[in-house]
Amino acid sequence: MDFDLPVIWLIVILFAITMYVIMDGFDLGIGILFPFVKDKHDRDVMMNTVAPVWDGNETWLVLGGAGLMAAFPLAYAVVLSALYQPIILMLLGLIFRGVAFEFRFKAPEKEQHLWDKAFIGGSITTAFFQGVILGAYINGIPVEQNEFAGNALDWLTPFSFFTGLGVMIAYALLGSTWLIMKTDEHLQQRMLELTRPLVALVIVALAVISIWTPLAHEDIAERWFSLPNFYFLALVPILVAISIYSLMRELKSGYDMQPFISALIIVLLGLLGLAISIWPNIIPPSISIWDAAAPAQSQIFALVGTLLIVPVILVYTIWSYRVFKGKVRHGDGYH
Amino acid sequence: MFDISALDLARVQFAFTVSFHIIFPAITIGLASYLVVLEGMWLKTGESVYKDLYHYWLKIFGVNFGMGVVSGLVMAYQFGTNWSGFSAFAGSVTGPLLTYEVLTAFFLEAGFLGVMMFGWSRVGRGLHFFSTLMVAIGTLISTTWILASNSWMQTPQGFEIADGVVIPTDWWQVIFNPSFPYRLVHMSIAAFLATALLVGAAGAWHLLRKNDTPAVRTMLSMAMWMLVVVAPVQAIVGDFHGLNTLKHQPAKIAAVEGHWENHGDEGVPLVLFGLPDMEQEKNHYALEIPHLGSLILTHSWNGQIPGLKEFAPADRPNATIIFWSFRVMVGLGMFMILLGLWSLWLRKQGRLYQQQLFLRCALWMGPTGIIAILAGWFTTEIGRQPWVVYGIMRTADAVSKHDISSLAVSLALFIVVYFFVFGIGIGYLFRLIRQPVIKADHPQEGGPGQSKQPMRPLSATDASFSLEAPLSNPKE
Repeated sequence: MDFDLPVIWLIVILFAITMYVIMDGFDLGIGILFPFVKDKHDRDVMMNTVAPVWDGNETWLVLGGAGLMAAFPLAYAVVLSALYQPIILMLLGLIFRGVAFEFRFKAPEKEQHLWDKAFIGGSITTAFFQGVILGAYINGIPVEQNEFAGNALDWLTPFSFFTGLGVMIAYALLGSTWLIMKTDEHLQQRMLELTRPLVALVIVALAVISIWTPLAHEDIAERWFSLPNFYFLALVPILVAISIYSLMRELKSGYDMQPFISALIIVLLGLLGLAISIWPNIIPPSISIWDAAAPAQSQIFALVGTLLIVPVILVYTIWSYRVFKGKVRHGDGYH
Repeated sequence: MFDISALDLARVQFAFTVSFHIIFPAITIGLASYLVVLEGMWLKTGESVYKDLYHYWLKIFGVNFGMGVVSGLVMAYQFGTNWSGFSAFAGSVTGPLLTYEVLTAFFLEAGFLGVMMFGWSRVGRGLHFFSTLMVAIGTLISTTWILASNSWMQTPQGFEIADGVVIPTDWWQVIFNPSFPYRLVHMSIAAFLATALLVGAAGAWHLLRKNDTPAVRTMLSMAMWMLVVVAPVQAIVGDFHGLNTLKHQPAKIAAVEGHWENHGDEGVPLVLFGLPDMEQEKNHYALEIPHLGSLILTHSWNGQIPGLKEFAPADRPNATIIFWSFRVMVGLGMFMILLGLWSLWLRKQGRLYQQQLFLRCALWMGPTGIIAILAGWFTTEIGRQPWVVYGIMRTADAVSKHDISSLAVSLALFIVVYFFVFGIGIGYLFRLIRQPVIKADHPQEGGPGQSKQPMRPLSATDASFSLEAPLSNPKE
């Protein structure tokens, strides 16, 4: 049988990124929303809604990094060195936030506000720079002789700054809808109030990125607007529009769980749109997954372990979420 | 005054982040096996002191594990951000090995770690012990992947180079490369030793505080037995490792020994102390013991090893540094052996738990295992220079081409954040160690989907932590 290994590995890595966004997006969002909720007990509840499923180690992010190195070493080398500064800042933000998360539970009451600030700062830094990384990646990375051939500050563009804000907004929406699902009474009410403007912001962000990207990149415009591509790909924005519409309806009619699901679908469709724009490149604008692929010996060797272990992690994760059903209230979990 | 290049800064940055990181996995490896012994002893003897100690060290294990995972996050990306030349060239070997390490760690977290940390009252004794055992084995498997990857960079084999990229041809050969078995055993034992010294120091601290309980005594006693047996074994393993290095990386040994050249067929002296000068190609203030170098390295009176001058200046590792880092490691190892022997003598006299000077020494020896590990790694990694993959790729070709300013800024950020974050983490570990060993009547409950869960090993303990007085005694 003839497997196209680079395609399989691209799927594995996209899966890891998707899992990361699903599992870490809402708790980064909770960190971003912290400044809008002042009451200590409410903040306790917000933390407790993620504690049981939060993995401080960002499993999928580490797996994505290691997998990228194993399967596409050239992309790992070029993309990471090109985006050196935002990646370091993103990682430091993650470390800060992870430790703040744990130590807030252990800090005496009068020191908790310090950990709150570290948690807010870490979450905002992480989310913003993830967006910046995404934007700079879409903008493309110049490569000469298998090396990054640009400047240290190439990543810093108006577009990447905007995608940084966009990702922050998207995560905040995931966070607020997650809290609508996991809380009740006044905290849930507060999140409903916050979600409406967030939806508006998300619409603006998606629209701007959808217009800006094809205007800046001819090949991406070609991908989306040439025929017959257009007929199929138009499905993506249509589905986004439907999801946003149903999210707004669900917010009005008092559903608990659906808004989060809709928000997730919107974010994942956004990711799908980006993947469509970039395919089949792994270093935009011109190096494909086949150009950057590791030798088959490496891809096969690493794939065996990945396919054995990832299902175990998935089963564990599903189990965690099943155990942790229902609302979280004041006084639950930690004190 | 300092003529520092971007390459130097990149190396300092990697050394800084990996040195911080390695402390935690080393203690994780050691504590995991210690916990197996404690639980095994409890199952065998039924003495509650082992159970109490198990739960006491389990919490410390959890926090330490958490710190290791957090600091490891950076390592997963740093090969690409800072060593893109290396990653593009040899990522095909290093990448899969690191992927397996990551997978091993996650497999543990999603499985046995949870039962070990939170399942005490939920599963049977046998299954619980099995989980502890599997976690310990898992930490050693993780070690295996990392050391296979590192050893391959020291003694590469099982590959070919095509289009400027490494193509692994035989994974068995890649993993079981010539220096791998020595390095794996040496490092695993180092982790056990470092942990024993830490456990011993904890016991000594409690005894010095007149906190003389059976559990505290057992802690000290077990740690000292470990030293008695393992410290000398480590010296022997280290000797074999050295001989292996002599065979494959003679320049490293020449630098470690401060051995510049052979004189006729005279035996090689052992330079006890000195200051190797890379420019003038000689040692200042050297104190030498004739023939001892020959005896140790060739096991003969007049045997010779290659001198540094036999290698082109561009191929020599920095002897000034690794001459000393090696001596720090060996010197501390000697002290460990001595501490073990001292404990044996005091034990015979029945004064092991009372002799104040000994207890104080055991306390101060607490961090020496970790220092020795770092010194050893400095020796082997700096000794590999100027190569990143020995004889195949130079470090200068491996480094990402960042300018000095962005490296300096990111290094400064790393230093600030690491000292803050891991300073707090280590402070919290000390705080847990300072807690008395209590009766473990109410083991931690938790699991996936609950507030306390194994993906967050730090959740295993409730002890509070204050930034104002990080070491104050917890009121519990």
